[in-house]
Amino acid sequence: MEKTKEKKSVSLSLGEGRGEAKWSYAPSPESTSHISLKKQYDLFIDGKFVKPSSGKYFDTINPATEEKISSIAEADEKDVDKAVKTARKAYTNVWSKLPAKERGKYIYRIARMLQERAREFAVIETLDGGKPIRESRDIDIPLAANHFFYYAGWADKLEYAFPNRKPQSLGVAGQIIPWNFPLLMAAWKIAPALATGNTVVLKPAETTSLTALKLAELIADSGIPDGVVNIVTGAGVTGAAIVNHPDIDKIAFTGSTDVGKIIQKAIAGTKKKATLELGGKAANIIFEDAPIDQAVEGIINGIFFNQGHVCCAGSRLFVQEGVADTVIRKLKDRMETLIVGDPLDKNTDIGAINSKQQLATINKYIEIGKNEGADFYQSSCNIPAKGFFCRPTLFLNASQSHRVVQEEIFGPVLTVQTFRTVEEVIEKANNIPYGLSAGVWTDKGSKIFNLTSKLRAGVIWANTYNKFDPTSPFGGYKESGFGREGGLHGLMPYLKF
Amino acid sequence: MQIQSTTLFTLPDFSKTPTIDQVGVEERVARFQTRSIKKESKVQGLKLALSMIDLTTLEGKDTEGKVKQLCYKAAHLHDVIPGIPSVAAVCVYPTFVKLAKKCLDGTGIKVASVATAFPSGQSTREVKITDTHFAVDNGADEVDMVISRGEFLEGNYAYVFDEITAVKEACGAARLKVILETGELSTLDNVRRASEIAIYAGADFIKTSTGKISPAATQPVTLVMLETIRDYYYKTGKMVGMKPAGGISTAKIALQYLVMLKETLGDKWLTNEWYRFGASSLANDVLMQLQKEQEGVYQSGDYFSKD
Repeated sequence: MEKTKEKKSVSLSLGEGRGEAKWSYAPSPESTSHISLKKQYDLFIDGKFVKPSSGKYFDTINPATEEKISSIAEADEKDVDKAVKTARKAYTNVWSKLPAKERGKYIYRIARMLQERAREFAVIETLDGGKPIRESRDIDIPLAANHFFYYAGWADKLEYAFPNRKPQSLGVAGQIIPWNFPLLMAAWKIAPALATGNTVVLKPAETTSLTALKLAELIADSGIPDGVVNIVTGAGVTGAAIVNHPDIDKIAFTGSTDVGKIIQKAIAGTKKKATLELGGKAANIIFEDAPIDQAVEGIINGIFFNQGHVCCAGSRLFVQEGVADTVIRKLKDRMETLIVGDPLDKNTDIGAINSKQQLATINKYIEIGKNEGADFYQSSCNIPAKGFFCRPTLFLNASQSHRVVQEEIFGPVLTVQTFRTVEEVIEKANNIPYGLSAGVWTDKGSKIFNLTSKLRAGVIWANTYNKFDPTSPFGGYKESGFGREGGLHGLMPYLKF
Repeated sequence: MQIQSTTLFTLPDFSKTPTIDQVGVEERVARFQTRSIKKESKVQGLKLALSMIDLTTLEGKDTEGKVKQLCYKAAHLHDVIPGIPSVAAVCVYPTFVKLAKKCLDGTGIKVASVATAFPSGQSTREVKITDTHFAVDNGADEVDMVISRGEFLEGNYAYVFDEITAVKEACGAARLKVILETGELSTLDNVRRASEIAIYAGADFIKTSTGKISPAATQPVTLVMLETIRDYYYKTGKMVGMKPAGGISTAKIALQYLVMLKETLGDKWLTNEWYRFGASSLANDVLMQLQKEQEGVYQSGDYFSKD
């Protein structure tokens, strides 16, 4: 009730009367006729697709329609053991003996093939994960290819990357990736591991296995020696089998902080090296002297990119009090223009929530936020009746003691707090167990440098947000994990000196 | 000292206008360009674009014959396709206003006239006012003035402001479009500042360019101007129109401009009362696309009259 009243009182809102739009965009769905998907996917071990030892399969569904797309094999300990043994054999007999230049050639080939088949991968990524086709087409797939290109270049230049330190590969890397950027995370993991001369056992998230399996097909086509890349599918049990396998030299995990802690405990006392890229709750800070209209874009991009399923999402907005009213009004108007719906439509801005489970988590936090007394606001867009969707959401007048401010929601939900001074906002921004990323918006260069040195975050964006590049290291402080991926730094976790 | 309370609001300090981040503006513009406009929304958008065109001829070699033919084209864009709207206005030099007015009598198409020593604006205030009076007295419905860019770049914002208010007064009932000539302003911060000056001085429309300077209208510049209009509307509730002019020659680009308009100012502005394209060759490309939507194939350019 409160909400409707507030909406009417904003008489100058540009959002008014959008219901009877004079000109709206007709549906513009991306064609799916050019993709080929099998009814059932097996495990990719030793260059071939093999049946799981248990014979068990699970369904992967399209979160926008709740319809089944395909069956995915569930790997158990035996399968993981087979994959690790294969990876070890390939490491010892082939991959570690190959001249570095030759390794690079294979990785370049994977990058090129991925570019050639970009459309197919983009459509499958959207079908399986729910992200808008605009993002999988313009961001996920091109970036994934760029990661392979970038690390392919390093393969024969490791001596120059680390002069006089004799970099050597580790052996077999066990890699576990999340569902928010399925193919991109596979690229982040596989590309540096291969470039540094390691072999790989990778497990995609159980809700988004398809692009990893398509990547397996592509890798098989690339002619890379059998067993260098192995992809095993499954849920937590499969992941645990990788983490606990005695013959794995390195664990690379991207996912939740809870699972990260379990992994950390499991590998304590072993020789396994690890990189953990975990949760986040980033502060996006808008100063009075910021370019306001562009900052509003940055807020939108910071929290609503990929439905907010982004570990570095700018989920805590801090606005300096002098511009708070302006920023919030502009933010609300901008939210009205966001199109939520069919992820395959080229005009969709916000697609489907990845799974029923994640939607339940988001809704749980929305209830918590309402009960805590922060001011709840959602845009007025229609959402499809079927599938998992969530309207872009704000919690205005939130405070540091609210759970919705402290905990990672991993959805299109933004908390808004105001601040008065630089000291205050630094204290509040750092007052959180996470430390993955942050954003700073100001016209003043000196203010940016002041904040970048004081914010405890691995990545800080100035006057932009959610920008990714293979050349730039990414990773967190505190409970957001350790180790860096991307750039020169991303080679180190896969090397010993 | 007594404070005058008759004014609706205090004028902003034009030396302290909001800052603009060019990279952010370009990114936003790129998003408009990825909108996919198909089928009925394409047809609707194309017709809307046609109805917003100020069909323009502003050349030293303009003659009565040229203006007459242009006016006929304005009223009969492409009679082969039924249901095609006419353009919003014909834009000419002041000396052709009377003729254009006569040719367009009864069509509902407005006559816009450039004035104030167009395109350079390098003349005295008196000459500019006389120029404006001449256009209005001859029947111009709309006046497109140019700002004094030299004075603006020297920081004489008050001069620029006063000049616009003087021309606005001379316009009487005619609507005033203020050309910023953004191609000479060099930064988006300057575009924002000039837009504010023009709007607060009484512009009914703000317009990017004369068409005589390159670059003419660009999408980043247009977005910054639309955002200025939005901020003014937030503050006062008053609408101001927008006219990108020059360099918009294809239907595809025109649709991108309309997407930007819709997503920045909303549906209220999606009318030729509040939005115009200053263009000479855009109409034919839009017509060609419309015919293609109807028949499924492109027609040769020879089937569309070139006036």
